[in-house]
Amino acid sequence: MKSIPDVELLAKGHRACAGCGCVLAIRYALKALGKNVIVSMPTGCMEVVTTPYPETAWRVPWIHVAFENAAAVASGVSRGLKVLGKRGVKSVAIGGDGGTVDIGLQALSGAAERGENILYICYDNEAYENTGIQRSGATPYGAWTTTTPVGRVKRGEDRPKKDMPAIMAAHGVPYVATASVGYPIDYIKKVKKAASIEGPTYIHVHAPCVLGWRIDSSKTIEVAKLAVLTGMWNLYEIENGVTRVTFKPPRRKPVSEYLKVQRRFRHLTNEEIMKIQQMVDEECKRFGIE
Amino acid sequence: MKKFMTGNDAAALAAKLARVKVISAYPITPQTTIVEKLSEFVANGELEAEYMKVESEHSALSACVGAAATGVRTFTATSSQGLMLMSEILFVASGLRLPIVMVNVNRSLSAPLSIWCDQQDSMAVRDSGWIQLYCENNQEILDSTIQAFRIAEEMLLPVMVCFDGYILSHTTEPVEVPEQSEVDEFLPPYKYPYALDPEAPKSIGAVGVPDYYEEFKFMLQEEMLKAKEKILEVGSSFAEKFGRKYDLLECYRTNDAEIILLTAGSLAGSLKDVVDEYRQHGDRVGLIKLRAFRPFPAEELRNAVANARAVAVLEKDISPGLSGALFSDLSTALINSRNPPLLMNFICGLAGRDVSPLQIREAVKSTLEAAETGEVKNPVRWLGLRETLVGLR
Amino acid sequence: MSLSNSTNKLLPGAVIVTPGNTEQHETGGWRSMRPVMDCGKCTGCMSCWLYCPDSAISREKPPKVDYRYCKGCGICANVCPVKAITMVPEGQK
Repeated sequence: MKSIPDVELLAKGHRACAGCGCVLAIRYALKALGKNVIVSMPTGCMEVVTTPYPETAWRVPWIHVAFENAAAVASGVSRGLKVLGKRGVKSVAIGGDGGTVDIGLQALSGAAERGENILYICYDNEAYENTGIQRSGATPYGAWTTTTPVGRVKRGEDRPKKDMPAIMAAHGVPYVATASVGYPIDYIKKVKKAASIEGPTYIHVHAPCVLGWRIDSSKTIEVAKLAVLTGMWNLYEIENGVTRVTFKPPRRKPVSEYLKVQRRFRHLTNEEIMKIQQMVDEECKRFGIE
Repeated sequence: MKKFMTGNDAAALAAKLARVKVISAYPITPQTTIVEKLSEFVANGELEAEYMKVESEHSALSACVGAAATGVRTFTATSSQGLMLMSEILFVASGLRLPIVMVNVNRSLSAPLSIWCDQQDSMAVRDSGWIQLYCENNQEILDSTIQAFRIAEEMLLPVMVCFDGYILSHTTEPVEVPEQSEVDEFLPPYKYPYALDPEAPKSIGAVGVPDYYEEFKFMLQEEMLKAKEKILEVGSSFAEKFGRKYDLLECYRTNDAEIILLTAGSLAGSLKDVVDEYRQHGDRVGLIKLRAFRPFPAEELRNAVANARAVAVLEKDISPGLSGALFSDLSTALINSRNPPLLMNFICGLAGRDVSPLQIREAVKSTLEAAETGEVKNPVRWLGLRETLVGLR
Repeated sequence: MSLSNSTNKLLPGAVIVTPGNTEQHETGGWRSMRPVMDCGKCTGCMSCWLYCPDSAISREKPPKVDYRYCKGCGICANVCPVKAITMVPEGQK
């Protein structure tokens, strides 16, 4: 905690919702990275709330180009920096789950395959929140969104969350990690580590959305922590193919404790919750989390 | 020093002489030999550049945007479907006012699928805010691409150099190649004033709220119009140094012409031959070869066709439901003129179909007829159409 | 080329050269609840400073809320381990 620097590289006055988890993902990342970065960002919540012309909250160089190409832009930035001999400056892409997991996946895959020297951070609020809560490939099973509504025939998202860390690890990149805004020290440590590695590195940080998850604005951190404590979101690193869990919940709570705090899950029957519990149990077993 | 080379070789050589620093490369017929040549230059150390083997054209241009924003000279090339795929980013590049130079090897658009030449691809993106220069031969490809970097960097506008697929890209012609030292003198090193730099952080690509967006588009339009002067200035400067003159357009035997043919690209070469034929028979026919399509040299064209009775626009593209793009843009330039010439549009050479002198003579004949009667019943005609296949015969 | 974001001529490409100038936009007007610190209970753990999405709490003991920007989300009150922060309706003392 003491080692976290004072300097705020994201200024106040940005237009993020009260209680926004994603803005914390940015704030902590910048605390870890310091000023010698160039941030490439796709269209999304963070891009929109931080740069309403003529204002910008960014105190580091920043570029937004389009929705699906942050990794390609960051790659170009990285090559430009190399040409200019600016060895101490890191190219970092920070994108939402929509712009990463769905439409941004091609560019990210290409950058990873090419071995580009970029750090890609995906802040995951589990839907296209900026455009009004539409589902993404990262929307968890059972969640209500405006495109996976709860009705007579369909009851929320019917597909499991896309396993991005595994996809990135399959590209053979040197470092992949998951993180949560509920565990900032762990997240900051991982960002520092990822940024120091030359080559493509990836961090997927879980960040609750007040409006999209239908939670009280005061509960952002509580909910983020519950995700980890129930095993619905696990904290681990994959370094050169080797997985290591960085936080094991002392006694894993039942998923219902996480689900019932969010009204996007309030329609779930006991049977549906049990199904989710089973999915989570299997996943945790894979990671050696009891 | 004169060397034999294809149009694609010329384009690659120009990028090399311009000392581009970041190349993003994705192959597409008939552009492929450009990126292959560039990769050879980089592989054997002839060109010191970052060569990015991107995974799509959309990423190709996106990577150029990122690199250009850090302040380095970038280059990419594409055609047809690739141009369409990256079209979203074309608008971003011009909106962000980045001086990116790209070569587009003109190729037809799917569907039906085609790898052969026409100008549909670059015409389809004429709204994208890119300067568009067209080339008649491989010398022009080399020269215009070199000039493109200076035009782009001095205007902060992206430039697209277009030339015909296969007809030029894969055809060998003699090209006078300037010395590297001469090009270095002509093209000073690139300095982007708003470079991404932690020492002076800037934000590029903010949300253009309604209170400001219109002004930015106005500025883009103004700069595009001013680019006409810049194209002329750089063309003159090039002439001084290398002896070959470049303008917004080239007028060939138009001074006393009754009928003027207008086109862009390699077709101009064929048209010149037909013009000479007609002149030999005493017919007053001339040709305007358009080099700059965007910005559109409206005033210059108005002046050039002022005394003609009719203008025949021959082009290799069609905007279904109206006409070819060159024709409609020329019409716009002539609107509100007193006594404008009659205009006719001849769609020809689509997807690599040969435009023969016979077809061109047909066009001239129709235009002469229109000039005689003083009216044009149907301005949009097709050359070389196989009429039995479409039930017209 | 000039490098300023005054209401004079705009910079090409909508580039913004004044980092962090969102600070001219005070978001304190958004809130309907405001955090009130009980300085006596404060242990100086700095959780409130750490978890504020608007960086509106100072890193000192006891922390000070920058009410010009505080949106009243209530995270600080929620994370304080000793419940030293209470959310009260805006306008109430």
